[in-house]
Order: sequence, then structure tokens, then C-alpha cells
Amino acid sequence: MSDLARLLWESVHDTVLGLVPIVVLLGLFPRVVLRRPLPRPRELASGLVLVVLGMTLFLAGLGKSLFPLGRLMAEQLTDSVSGEGGAGWTDYGWVYAFGAAIGFATTIAEPALIAVSLKAQDVSGGTIRAWGLRVAVAVGVAVGIALGCFRIVTGTPLAAYVVVGYLLVLVQAWRAPRPILALAFDTGGVTTSTVTVPLVAALGLGLASTIPGRSPLVDGFGLIAFASMVPMMTVMAYAGLGSARSRGRRPASYAHHEPDHEEV
Amino acid sequence: MITGVSPEPRLRVPRALATFGGDLLGALRDVAPIVLVVAFFQLVVLRQPLPELGAILVGSVLVVLGLALFLRGLELALFPLGELMAAGLARRGSLLWLTVFAFALGFSTTVAEPALIAIADEAASVAAADGLIAATESARHGYALGLRLTVALSVGTAIVVGVIRIIKGWSVLWLIVAGYVGVVLMTLVAPADVVGIAYDSGGVTTSTVTVPLVTALGVGLASAVKGRNPLVDGFGLIAFASLTPMVFVMAYGTLA
Repeated sequence: MSDLARLLWESVHDTVLGLVPIVVLLGLFPRVVLRRPLPRPRELASGLVLVVLGMTLFLAGLGKSLFPLGRLMAEQLTDSVSGEGGAGWTDYGWVYAFGAAIGFATTIAEPALIAVSLKAQDVSGGTIRAWGLRVAVAVGVAVGIALGCFRIVTGTPLAAYVVVGYLLVLVQAWRAPRPILALAFDTGGVTTSTVTVPLVAALGLGLASTIPGRSPLVDGFGLIAFASMVPMMTVMAYAGLGSARSRGRRPASYAHHEPDHEEV
Repeated sequence: MITGVSPEPRLRVPRALATFGGDLLGALRDVAPIVLVVAFFQLVVLRQPLPELGAILVGSVLVVLGLALFLRGLELALFPLGELMAAGLARRGSLLWLTVFAFALGFSTTVAEPALIAIADEAASVAAADGLIAATESARHGYALGLRLTVALSVGTAIVVGVIRIIKGWSVLWLIVAGYVGVVLMTLVAPADVVGIAYDSGGVTTSTVTVPLVTALGVGLASAVKGRNPLVDGFGLIAFASLTPMVFVMAYGTLA
């Protein structure tokens, strides 16, 4: 268990280190700018303690179990294909499937995305559902990672995908309902945070280092770019779907007055 | 339920426990897909037993517990702090302070971000291995620190521009288009080695603690400024903060 203790200590260290500048800023800010103390300081402080404690356990738990196993599996999956030599892009079916599945699963567990979804549900008065938004983003990450793995396997240039992808995003943005735009763009940045990055980066680096002719520097990185790009498209599609459905419905329908499932 | 028996104070602890129980169930639902995916691929596709089953169980319990605590802390501290700052700055009405604060928030939450530190170190060691920089400890350290400062600077700048957008009511689309044009132009100019790192650095800047704070700040500002809609105008800060690092890092890689 000393291993677990070390992991716990490391993640306390990381979390606290990341929080120090913020706490200093938030400590100075009310005095200097607002010239009055923050209300309910005890509640805010206990909330921050919960954030540190929660992040610590969360990261230590991931580092203890799921990350090492996920990395090992990414290596085994890529090795099992490349070992046969001269494998074509169709031989990597399980790699794409793993990329998509792990992308979806880690996105559902991404705390930053949960936060944005709760805020979006709150602000939109429930017309945007937190759970629906999270699933839309997770589907986008799944497609993005699978596409990114395909790119590494085929060795096609990253820049071409990104330029074409962002052009598609812009075309879609032109047609999407206005209120969703900023939120859709935000989800692109939110998807790739604490949970997704370590596993996905391992998958990309594993693929790039087992396939002959790929460089970990050029090809290994860049999976994350796919994971931020495609969710924008799926979220705009989700919003388009939602508004199309509500247009098709009779005005008297009460179907959208469902109770909230998310705890606020 | 029996009415009129338990006085209010006695209900407190059970209610807190029930809330926490609900939090735990929600977190369990959020984490379950990862466990299922890992188990499926290990047992069905790779046809291997789960190694260290005990460690995986302990780890999963910690993940669920941690997520539940974090989300509670989010509601108690991170969202209220973001909203309080937004309300305070709007009341103060000084664009200068708003700008200073927005930059400080973006810079400070990014510079010490563990995910960024990790990716900067990794980028430095890969750059050293490829002969882009000298393979010495100090060269690697300098490259990684330069990368971190570049990203932090770019996030600070992004939050400033994004906050001014909310105040002025500019369309988010034009800012994003301008950002993409910058990314595309820099992609054409920057060395291929840097492009991948630059694209990834855009994703890692927006951490678990930063996102709720910045989102609450944006939504709070949009609610406080007359004529702005929290949904239309309040979001978009994170989007811009993940675009600018790509441009800045590619510029850093081209110049450094």
C-alpha cells in the first residue's frame, strides 16, 4: 500500500500546486478590487477543501488502476497488429474500436465537462439537458479518436484533417442555432482534460511507435486535436436535432417539461 | 414519512448523508463506462485475465469517491467564486481591473497546471531526442518552461479578449473564425514537429479547476451586463482559451 500512499501524495502535491496561484489570486482580489471580503468564507473554504480532496482521490484512483491498465492495453492492441508485419489500415479494427470506446467512456467521466453541462442546463432553463450534452460530446470524442487513430495508421497529414475539419465546423456554425454556438465551441476545449488526455496520449504514442515510419513527435501527439474538433460538430448537430424536434412538435406539447435528473 | 416528530437540527446529518449518497450514485454512473470498456477489451478482445483485480477495485472506489467530492466542492466553491468575481467586477465597472483580473486568472490557472507541466516535459524530451534542442537537462528544462509560459500567456490573453467580447457583445463566431485563421496560417509556417504539440497544448490548458471558474465568470458577467444573454454570450471563454495556445505555441516553436 506504500505505492498507493505515494500516488496519493503525488496527486495532493499536483492538485495543491495547481491551486496555489488561484487561491492567492482569489485571496487578493476581494481586498484590492472589491474592497470587501467575500461572503460565506467558511462555505467557500470547505468547498475548496472538497475540490482538493476530490481531485486527489480521483487522480490517485485513476493512476492506481485504470491508467496503467489502459496504457498496457493500448500497447498490447497496437503490438498484436503490427507484430504480423505489413499490416494494412483495415487490420486495426480493434484499435479504432478501443480508441472510440475509451474516448467515449473517459469523456462521460470528465469532471470539467460535467461542470460545463450543469451550467449550460442551469442557464438554458433546462432546454439543454446536461446528460444529453455530455453524451453528444462523448460521441464526438469517440469519433474523433477513432479518426485520429486511422490518421496515424495511414500516415496522412494532420494539418489536412484539421483544416478540413475546422472548415466543416465553420459551415455547420453558420447554420446552427445561435444560442448553442459559444457552448459548442467551449465543449471542444473541455473534452480533453484530466481523464481523457493521459489515456489517449498513450494510445497515440503507442500507435506511432509500433508502426514503422511514424515519429512519436509528429504523429503521436495530435490525437487530442481530433478529440477537441469533432465534439463541436456533434454538439451543434445535437442542438440542431433538438430545435428541429421542438419545431415539429405541437406548441401545446409538454414533453420537454421532464424533471431534471442532474443534481444541482 | 412521520411528520412532526424530528426537529430540524436532527435531520441535518441524515440529509447530508443522503445528498452524499446521491452524489456517490451519480459518480458511480459517470465512472462505470471506463470500467466496462477496460474489462470488455481485456477479457473479450485481448482474452487476458484482469491483472491486480484488488488494485483496480480500490482505484475505482477512489475515483468514484473523488468525483463525488469534487462535484460537491464545485457547487460549494468554484461556481460561487466565479459568480462572485463576475458580480464584483461588474459592480466595480472598471474595464482596466476587469482586464487585469481576467489576464491574471488565465495566466495563474494555467502556469502551474499539472497536465501542462507533463506535456511540456514530454515535448522537451522528445524535442531533445529529435535533436531540435541540446540533449542537456538545462536545455530541456528551459524549453519546457518556455513552453509553459507561452501557453499561460496565451490563455491570459484569451480570457482578456473573451471577457471584452462579453462586455461589448461581439459575436463569438467572428472571434473563433479569427482564431482558426491564425491557427491555419501558423500551421503553414511552423515546423511539422511543433504542430502536433501545439494542437495538443490547446486541449490541456483547460483544466478541471479552471473550467468551472472561467465558465462561472463568463456566465456571471453575461448575466450582470445589461443586454447580454448568459447562454449566448456567457460561454465561449474556454473555446478561445483553447485556440490561442495553438497559435502561440506554433509561434514559439518557429522562433525558439
